Amino acid sequence: MAQTNGHALLARSSELVRFATAGSVDDGKSTLIGRLLYDSKSIFEDQLEHVERASSQRGDTYTNLALLTDGLRAEREQGITIDVAYRYFHTPRRKFIIADTPGHEQYTRNMVTGASTADLALVLVDARKGVLEQSRRHAFIASLLRIPHLVICINKMDLVGFDQDTFDQIRGEFTGWAAKLEVPDVTFVPISALHGDNVVKRSERMPWYEGPSLLYHLEHVHVASDRNLVDARFPVQWVVRPMSDEHHDYRGYAGEVASGVFRAGDDVVVLPSGLETRVEAIETFDGPVEEAYPPLSVTLRLEDDVDVSRGDMVCRPHNRPRETRDLEAMVCWFSERPLQPSGRYRIKHTTRTVLAKVEALRYRIDVNTLHRDEQATGLSLNEIGRLSLRLSGPLCVDEYGRNRATGSFILIDESTNDTVAAGMVLWGPLSGQ
Amino acid sequence: MSYEISHLRALESEAIHVIREVAAELERGVVLFSGGKDSAVLLHLARKAFWPGALPFPVMHVDTGHNFPEVIAYRDEVVAQTGARLIVASVQDSIDSGRVVEERGPRASRNRLQSVTLLDAIEEHGFKAAFGGARRDEERARAKERILSFRDDFGQWDPKAQRPEVWNLYNGFVKPGEHVRVFPLSNWTELDVWQYVREERIPLPTIYLAHMRDVFRRDGMLYAVSPFIELLDGEVPFEESVRFRTVGDMSCTGAVRSDAATLEDVVTEIAATRITERGETRADDRVSEAAMEDRKKEGYF
Repeated sequence: MAQTNGHALLARSSELVRFATAGSVDDGKSTLIGRLLYDSKSIFEDQLEHVERASSQRGDTYTNLALLTDGLRAEREQGITIDVAYRYFHTPRRKFIIADTPGHEQYTRNMVTGASTADLALVLVDARKGVLEQSRRHAFIASLLRIPHLVICINKMDLVGFDQDTFDQIRGEFTGWAAKLEVPDVTFVPISALHGDNVVKRSERMPWYEGPSLLYHLEHVHVASDRNLVDARFPVQWVVRPMSDEHHDYRGYAGEVASGVFRAGDDVVVLPSGLETRVEAIETFDGPVEEAYPPLSVTLRLEDDVDVSRGDMVCRPHNRPRETRDLEAMVCWFSERPLQPSGRYRIKHTTRTVLAKVEALRYRIDVNTLHRDEQATGLSLNEIGRLSLRLSGPLCVDEYGRNRATGSFILIDESTNDTVAAGMVLWGPLSGQ
Repeated sequence: MSYEISHLRALESEAIHVIREVAAELERGVVLFSGGKDSAVLLHLARKAFWPGALPFPVMHVDTGHNFPEVIAYRDEVVAQTGARLIVASVQDSIDSGRVVEERGPRASRNRLQSVTLLDAIEEHGFKAAFGGARRDEERARAKERILSFRDDFGQWDPKAQRPEVWNLYNGFVKPGEHVRVFPLSNWTELDVWQYVREERIPLPTIYLAHMRDVFRRDGMLYAVSPFIELLDGEVPFEESVRFRTVGDMSCTGAVRSDAATLEDVVTEIAATRITERGETRADDRVSEAAMEDRKKEGYF
């Protein structure tokens, strides 16, 4: 049947890469994004005309590429970026999704939002100013969210005479500080976003720089291996029971592979029930597949008629997540309503939602100094801290550092239904993380 | 095996995940279907999400009455294939019952009136989740919208108070009277949609491919001659080989000159184009700087 379609799609070489950008307008972030889009021919003529017209109406003496990304009326009126904007461009090798996040302090939650799905984070540093608090904050959030690749763009090199010493000094300073963070791969690129140096093409004005241009790096950085292909985890989203004449006894479990690889014939266990069975087949609309791996959406059929429902997790008998009613987690607080000590929230983890009670706030982190304040009594909007949570029912979790899909959760306010926090599961002793 | 995955397969998988998640967490969903390419892809993905089960929602068309006849024929055929129930919410009914007042004059359009018809239908049927085919690359306000986009009691979108959307954990909790709009194609571009249509051989209305048609020129765009638009002085119809990049009302959707008669030709043409689909073909976005944002706040798609 249509199975060949699926293989044709899989065989296409273009790979999807998501990256988050952080920095303020002053750092030239919007200019850099505008430059990437413009030079990769992803800005369309009518968009450019629009920006030119809007620039001259505002009295700007140049084409203000920031106007391209500021989509809301309030943003244009106030000249600030309020919310995460998503931008898209592609090159023959890759399709890119940019989560463009505002840089102001009050919008930390936007950076967390953009960073949560990113393969790579791009942080801008003004070469004249060096590593400021804000750059450190962005790098910290990138490491907290376990973005595997960090690119520090030292921008406005034209304003420091393309000076190598300035670049080296900033790199040294940043590297020293970043040693405290958990970022496996940090790359530094000296650029001038305004003039395009080292953005798409290597600049001739910085012959001392031997690395690739920013775009070349984005196109070649290896992201496929960042996925967890070891720990097989399949949160069940939806039970497929057609009950039609054609598929009378069909029972399948639909979901997206969170991590690891599933194959037909694999021994599996369903949690939290603990029932063991085997994968009979892995199916899709386009026909059966031999293997399923992240982030494929598939349907599993199991050999035995075991009781499985939404919120259950299928994994391998000898590699299980931790099944627990107690969580230690780092959370970023998103709401104007502060964290309620001993408050009760809904917690959504993979496809399961239970209730969580705050047992303790262990400490609050100062995102600028990384200092832990153990005397803290609450968390307000944009603050980050470590919590102990007690759950109304078991969740099957992994440590976030090992598994972003099964180590992450959100907290939802029961009365307002707002998403009030993003959480990352930590293991064990208090000294950890 | 390297476990590589193409960008189209990754986008497909993300969309299916969103559709299943919403189906599981929210009662009474509905797929909004205009007959355009994006809603065709959306419906295709929804079928994939529940296969071999049937689509667990009805399909709803907000019908302005100013449709391309080819699109209505296509709608009826495709929806019948899915086995889903088709609901038609009619702007004409909203006009007849006095809920909205028809615009007048040669530039009149029913585009904006649709929001009222849509919200009334959502309320009438008690829908909690309305799936749409909107994409973030279409327009600046949409670039800021969540995949699950919360609507209050009045159907309004508040861009400054959106629920943060982290990882793939969507919050679909709503109170009585509220609903969410769901945009599984948020991360797709126009080119992605066309590549996917080609790969998957998804049927589309014939007006997407080049054909000969009587058109006239207005404000730099080509419009189809139809009973729904009055010609202004000096506007002279002529025959041209055209195709449509978007499908909306006949009164506000422009055609582009094109010889792209196959899906392959269209993909080639889209890959080379230097103008956005809305900039080239949609009069409804030309009203003001924030035309889309303003309509969305009122409850538009």
